[in-house]
Amino acid sequence: MVMKKKRKNISYAKWGYIFILPFFVSFFIFSCIPLVDTIKYSFFEYYRSGIKEVGPNFIGLTNYIELIKSDMVLYGANTLILWIIGFVPQIVIALVLAAWFTDARLKIKGLQFFKVVIYLPNLIMASAFALLFFTMFSTGGPINSILLSLGVIDKAIDFTGSVFGVRSLIGFMNFLMWFGNTTIMLMAAVMGISVEVFEASDIDGCNRIQRFFYVTLPQIRPILAYTLITSIIGGLQMFDVPQILTNGKGSPDRTSMTLIMFLNNHLKSKNYGMGGALSVYLFIISGILCAIVYKMTNDDDPDGSKAAAKARKKEQRKNRRAK
Amino acid sequence: MKKKVISMLLVATTAATMFAGCGKEAGTTGANGTESAGAAVDAGDEGKIINIYCWNDEFRTRVEAVYDKVESTSDDGTITYLTDGCEIHWIVNPNQDGVYQDKLDQALLNQADAAADDKVDIFLSETDYVFKYTDKDADVAMPLADLGIDVDKDLADQYDFTKTTASDSDGVQRGSTWQACPGVLAYRRDIAIDAFGTDDPVEIEAKFKDWATAKESAEELKAAGYYTFASYADTFRLYGNSISQSWVEAGSTTVTVDQQIMNWINDSKEWKDAGYFDPTVKGQWNDDWNKAMGSESKVFAFLFPAWGIDFTMKPNWDGENGAWAVTNPPLEYNWGGSYVHAATGTDNIAHAKDIILQLTANEDNLKKISETTSDFTNDKSAMAELAQRDTFESDMLGTQNPFAYFAPVAEGIKIAPLSAYDQGCVELIQNSFSDYFQGEVDFDKAKANFETAIMERYPDITEVVWPE
Repeated sequence: MVMKKKRKNISYAKWGYIFILPFFVSFFIFSCIPLVDTIKYSFFEYYRSGIKEVGPNFIGLTNYIELIKSDMVLYGANTLILWIIGFVPQIVIALVLAAWFTDARLKIKGLQFFKVVIYLPNLIMASAFALLFFTMFSTGGPINSILLSLGVIDKAIDFTGSVFGVRSLIGFMNFLMWFGNTTIMLMAAVMGISVEVFEASDIDGCNRIQRFFYVTLPQIRPILAYTLITSIIGGLQMFDVPQILTNGKGSPDRTSMTLIMFLNNHLKSKNYGMGGALSVYLFIISGILCAIVYKMTNDDDPDGSKAAAKARKKEQRKNRRAK
Repeated sequence: MKKKVISMLLVATTAATMFAGCGKEAGTTGANGTESAGAAVDAGDEGKIINIYCWNDEFRTRVEAVYDKVESTSDDGTITYLTDGCEIHWIVNPNQDGVYQDKLDQALLNQADAAADDKVDIFLSETDYVFKYTDKDADVAMPLADLGIDVDKDLADQYDFTKTTASDSDGVQRGSTWQACPGVLAYRRDIAIDAFGTDDPVEIEAKFKDWATAKESAEELKAAGYYTFASYADTFRLYGNSISQSWVEAGSTTVTVDQQIMNWINDSKEWKDAGYFDPTVKGQWNDDWNKAMGSESKVFAFLFPAWGIDFTMKPNWDGENGAWAVTNPPLEYNWGGSYVHAATGTDNIAHAKDIILQLTANEDNLKKISETTSDFTNDKSAMAELAQRDTFESDMLGTQNPFAYFAPVAEGIKIAPLSAYDQGCVELIQNSFSDYFQGEVDFDKAKANFETAIMERYPDITEVVWPE
């Protein structure tokens, strides 16, 4: 009896805490303190003029108000547009590829090989990728010379000189870099669907397209939502591709200037105050998006329908009250 | 198992790419700390390690070429050993994107707290931002007089504009340069013969003696199927360096755009629309611009100082030697120039003085640099002597003696009034109006874009004034 009691008192929990301690320490030093500092300095006037430091002087919400008055919203819209241009083809192609790759009947050979290949663009540094495109699509670059010598065009196209050109190039690069990643994620989701469901649909006479739209898509909805939101958050931070492609100018006419490029412009003068305020705005937007993801992925809806889950909960509550 | 291996590979490669952006600093700072024991033994005021901040190996090669105390340089080029036992540690950061200035500013701000061997002893700056460092309030560059250099006597043979450039608002000289950068018009001889029937520098000079005449010549070139210049950015220095007032007056928070800049904008738009520029080239320092210097290009001329011909055009030229010639430009101008400063707080005052004098004020040394690299150096009498020669051998210009053109230009240069905001103003006005020249935005939008950009870059700027 006594022995048993003693054993019960041994707590293994503290080892758990000790093992996860390194993360929390490094998080505190490298993430938490800078975060608090960023928020703090967003209320200050604090920048460098030449080699002289100005501030920090407390100025309240001035930075926030100045930002609202500036073209920040416009740059937000730019970011959103650039993201959509890249995301739409990305999700479509990824869905199609995921459906093909997981289709047991197609028996694609060298599946692993293709998976690696489509993931490869993601391994190249975005800046290197952008530099490559910058050179390829310059007015005197290889793409123009190929088109010219094939006779497709009779005058070099100024890809980086038009809004359409720059935006589609950025969208295309983002698509290329991320569709492999999305495909692999969606494949995991599709493979998580029980085989019986597919078999049942086959027996019921489902064709391939019907199966995709009525079985696969609804089943992977939570993952799709997750992909969407993480992609938006990634899109919010879009920087290196447009930065390198337009030389940091967001040209033409600042139509490809993203929020982070805008932030970078402020950091050229070490303007921690303004930069901090902009970061806080971004932080809030990302926070909201994260909350949405959290809600979506934490729904307990066994039959896949949110409405049904809600209705059942209501019922349960009613029953309880009735008792 | 297979899946596991591949997924682990993926994880490893992603992790590798994530970290690939990090460890770049090792090469630049690794040089310190090894000799500290030796320095402690040396009881004198003078430290054993001379830290020089610069952005490429140009200054190092100059030091190696002419500084008499140089013994050898390590293979990786980071340390130069001197005969008196001291070492020069080269701390090189690229100029692009302001990286060099960022690192230098950081080091200068920490100067007071740094250990003697880690202090910045000598640093370089370019004309575009020299004013930031010679500023008397910032006081990061020592007045040359405090080093024991008699500016009037020791530097008497330097071009006056280089002395003005390196002086603070009180006229105290805080830096010195080995090069002067008078610009010339460098043109292709074959195109000149094709379009004008002559490649004689005197006749070409007459065709570009002012902007109005230049425009007529541009029309002739266009008729023959050539472009006069590569882009609107090429002509900027001629206008931009002859502004009559500085971009920002001392103590002011207003950017004043000079009439000369407006002239550049108007002329460039006119030239661009008339087709005198190569339409594929946008701005400078990019691939298209480099290609415009090749033999396939239809571009007639470039506006460059000596370094431009040697460092920029030569690597891009793929035709035969001696195909280019130089002549006087429509406006006298100066472009670039690297200034040497002794950092306040240095523990190597004697060496700094020695290096500055030998590199920037010794006639024999400067002549040697000019003769070996065709660089135009900062010594009036040496340059006058070189200008007298009938021929001068170089790859680009054949036997033409460019010094005969550089020297008179250098005499005539009046440096535009400087401010600490010059670099941003020069860069951003070109960026903002690039869209206007391309026809992407109208004139007022380009103005607005410049205002936005300049206030982003310099938070203390409150207003931009345009000339009427």
